[in-house]
Amino acid sequence: MSTLRVLVLYAHPNHDMSRTNRVLRAAIEGLAGVTVHDLYDCYPHLFVDVRREQRLLLEHDVLVFQHPMQWYSAPAIVKEWEDSVLENGWAYGEGGDKLRGKHFMQAVSTGGHSESYRHGGKAHFTIPELLRPFEQMAHYCGMVYLPPFVTHDARDTADSEIATQAVRYRALLEAIHRGDVPAPFHTIPAED
Amino acid sequence: MAQDFLSQLLVYLAAAVIVVPVVKRLGLGSVLGFLVAGIFIGPWGFQLISGVDTILQFAEIGVALLLFLVGLELEPRRLWSMRRSVFGLGGAQIAITVAAVAAIAYALGQPLTVGIVAGMGFAMSSTAIVLATLAEKNLLPTPSGQASFAVLLAQDLAVIPLLLLLALLAPGEKGAEFDSLVAAKAIGMVVAVILVGRHLLRPVLRYIANTHLREIFIAFSLLLVLGTASLVHWVGLSLALGTFLAGVLLADSEYRHELELDIEPFKGLLLGLFFIAVGMSVDVGLFARATHVVAGLALGVVMLKIALLFPLARLFGISGRDAVIFALMLSQAGEFAFVLFGAAGAQRILPRETVALLTAAVTASMLTTPFLLFAYERFIAPRLARGPERAADLIEEHHPVIVAGFGRFGQIVVRLLLGRGIGATVIDHDPNQIDLVRRFGWKAYYGDVTRLDLLERAGAAEAKLLIVAVDNPDTARAAVRLARSRYPNLAVLVRAHDRTDAYEYVELGVPAIRETFGSAVEAGERALEMLGVGAHSAWRFAQWFRRHDEEEIALLAAHRHDQKQLIERTQKARDDLEQLLRDEEGRIRRGGEGGWD
Repeated sequence: MSTLRVLVLYAHPNHDMSRTNRVLRAAIEGLAGVTVHDLYDCYPHLFVDVRREQRLLLEHDVLVFQHPMQWYSAPAIVKEWEDSVLENGWAYGEGGDKLRGKHFMQAVSTGGHSESYRHGGKAHFTIPELLRPFEQMAHYCGMVYLPPFVTHDARDTADSEIATQAVRYRALLEAIHRGDVPAPFHTIPAED
Repeated sequence: MAQDFLSQLLVYLAAAVIVVPVVKRLGLGSVLGFLVAGIFIGPWGFQLISGVDTILQFAEIGVALLLFLVGLELEPRRLWSMRRSVFGLGGAQIAITVAAVAAIAYALGQPLTVGIVAGMGFAMSSTAIVLATLAEKNLLPTPSGQASFAVLLAQDLAVIPLLLLLALLAPGEKGAEFDSLVAAKAIGMVVAVILVGRHLLRPVLRYIANTHLREIFIAFSLLLVLGTASLVHWVGLSLALGTFLAGVLLADSEYRHELELDIEPFKGLLLGLFFIAVGMSVDVGLFARATHVVAGLALGVVMLKIALLFPLARLFGISGRDAVIFALMLSQAGEFAFVLFGAAGAQRILPRETVALLTAAVTASMLTTPFLLFAYERFIAPRLARGPERAADLIEEHHPVIVAGFGRFGQIVVRLLLGRGIGATVIDHDPNQIDLVRRFGWKAYYGDVTRLDLLERAGAAEAKLLIVAVDNPDTARAAVRLARSRYPNLAVLVRAHDRTDAYEYVELGVPAIRETFGSAVEAGERALEMLGVGAHSAWRFAQWFRRHDEEEIALLAAHRHDQKQLIERTQKARDDLEQLLRDEEGRIRRGGEGGWD
């Protein structure tokens, strides 16, 4: 199997004050076949360069959103990125097939405890449920949706725990790069 | 002239100041006011002034200046587009009038020559009266104004061939070679004026403007206009035609507004003097002796011209309303008639008494125009159904934005606006700057923004926004105050020099952009980034800082005159800022359940 090029879109509004995401990101930076692209760093004023982003997407086979869960979703720039980069006629709609067949994955962290993310818990919904807008986005653009890589309790967990999580994250991306991709994680019926 | 210059001047000024406002109040226009003032002080009135001919000649400069200003408003391109009206409408008007007058005169038993010469004189309308009235009533940009102007231009051009024709009609004496020589000289001079005007005038104007001496610029403007007039007059063309040509040549130059402003007051006064002189030359004695003849001639001419002009205008596609104004405007006989009749008398084509009668009739016809227009406005205009009025065909396009100051600051603003398709009228006081930016294809005008008339010309009355981007804080302040007081509906945005300036604009209620503040904040933002703060956090921090500083300015503006208060409050504001920023940082760090990392 040929190797897959991985693009990690990293979105953290206060990267220098983060624990988990900083460590996770450091673990994958410089990996062969993995490009880390910091959205808040490139577009501090949220003004996304659409052509540049589309070019990057064409150069990669796997798209990863790495970000903290903020208000049960992604930070604002991720939404802005989707709204401006995934154009009609490019990502979807007539002639919009540029992302078809690529893989999509999210690496998210939560400030709350994992116990919260269940029915009856504080957050009331599971992580995959909360991420459904992203799943549908990937589906609509013809991408294969992979299971999210979740790190809970990002604020209080021990440093050693974070280090272990970082090693797992690195191993996952290395495997994907080699072509060893996890099974798709669709909650949407296949015929849709 | 027995009286000394000063007392004459006093008489003119006093007569004008007393009579003109009264006549104007009656709704009859300032032209009639000057004419009446002239009759009062002239040899047939209170005999306060003598030597009318000398004054008339001197005051003709007023007409020349008027034509120069008209020329300034007409770019060559525009003039070319008027060729159909000038040669078609104008030519037809002259030919038909001459034919009609000659036919009527012949039918009344006059010799054909007398009829033709009278027709030539009567065909000419008064450039001075028509243009001054059009300008006073703001009709110049309308279809009627444009058509009137085209016909006047045709008449100006026709004077030369008509004078040559007179020479042919003259019994014996000069032959045909005389004609071609005059014609060649005239054409040669026009070509010379165009060449010099096109290639030499602008460098010279720039040189003069660079001295930064207003008086010298004004002196040069006058020299330029009068010089061209004399040159052209020297080869037998009319003064007005020469100055008009000079005006057209400068119409697309950057100094146009400045020239307009400088010439305007001279034009106003001298044109007034011209009308006074015409009034003085009214031969009231002849009027009294031959009232019926003079009045009959004058009214006959006016009615005949109206009867010919109206259908002619309709034929050339001018709508009903405009055709009426056009016909009334051009219905009088004008100052060229004096010239033609004078020449005819001198060449013994016409007998002396006839010349006197015809000249009196011309003057009398000039008196009718203000009354006719008054009658039109009062009685006819209200009855004419107000059809869908054509948008005024403005001589100059006006942009929604005026930018004063086209240096490092203004240029960026204008470029940004243009990127969005928003045009700006640009004014700058530095001729070099204007010259430079024009070479890059920008439209910019030379002038001083603190002058009301310049703002007016730049279209301040119709513009949406004035951006004062000049670098001199005093000039900026003066311009803002002027704009605020005269154009309350015009939004103003100003480049403030510093904090103190900004305080002042808070008081005036005008949004001010501190010229270095934005870039300094940006530098701070970049510095934070270079010190390892994330780009987005650095930006947010800078935005916090900016907002706080702006609020502080609004707050401190009230205390800016009280040094002690200002220092105290500034210190407090600084502490507030630190606290504020610490709070913000803490908020991010605290997080907690529902927080994130």
